[in-house]
Amino acid sequence: MIRFEFDSQSENEAMARVVIAAYLLREDPTLEEMADIKTAVSEAVTNSIIHGYEEEIGKIIMEADIEDHCLTVSVTDYGKGIQDIEKAMEPLFTTKPDKERVGMGFAFMEAFMDELSVESEVNKGTKVIMKKRVNQWSKEN
Amino acid sequence: MATSYKMQGNTLWVQLEGELDHHLAQQVKKKCQMMMVSNPVENIGFDFLKTDFMDSSGVGMIMGRYQEVHAIGGRIYTKNVNRNIDRIMTISGLYKIIGQ
Repeated sequence: MIRFEFDSQSENEAMARVVIAAYLLREDPTLEEMADIKTAVSEAVTNSIIHGYEEEIGKIIMEADIEDHCLTVSVTDYGKGIQDIEKAMEPLFTTKPDKERVGMGFAFMEAFMDELSVESEVNKGTKVIMKKRVNQWSKEN
Repeated sequence: MATSYKMQGNTLWVQLEGELDHHLAQQVKKKCQMMMVSNPVENIGFDFLKTDFMDSSGVGMIMGRYQEVHAIGGRIYTKNVNRNIDRIMTISGLYKIIGQ
């Protein structure tokens, strides 16, 4: 299990992707699995920076664990939280169209991971938990 | 390692370098808007040769540039798009808007 805590600065988005990619290497993932997971993590971290903290500096915690070739990765912030999770998860819904947000963050997380769950409380923060099975190819072949 | 910007006729070519996430997207947006003020930009081209990652922030940034050049009758071009980025462009519907 790993725990990576960092400030909500956009420079750190790349760092979060590198950390999850490095952690995943032991499972010998396919390039596509690797890309899927990096994209999903990138979306979750970007949401925390832009929406959770609205570009003020706060802490983001990424935790990851691998069990039976299944990756669980969570991204937690202590920002403003989500009022209506269902609405936030609708594809193309965004509260920040002026910032060139297209409302695809959660849709990408759902598309690229096997499972996605979101826990959030207004003014307390948000935790996104995602799961994905990796290394299916070498197991089956 | 830096993204470079070059005028070729009335097309602004953006040679992306690094990963096109929220961080880089913000920089590219700013620079493109600056270039559009000081140059006769009609089209914007994105060269992904030195980029192997893009997320929805990149999609939003390209859509934003599309709206700006479309307003003046221009186009968006993309080249050297790898498989991963191609997938993101397809899933997001970006190709339907900017053309492939």
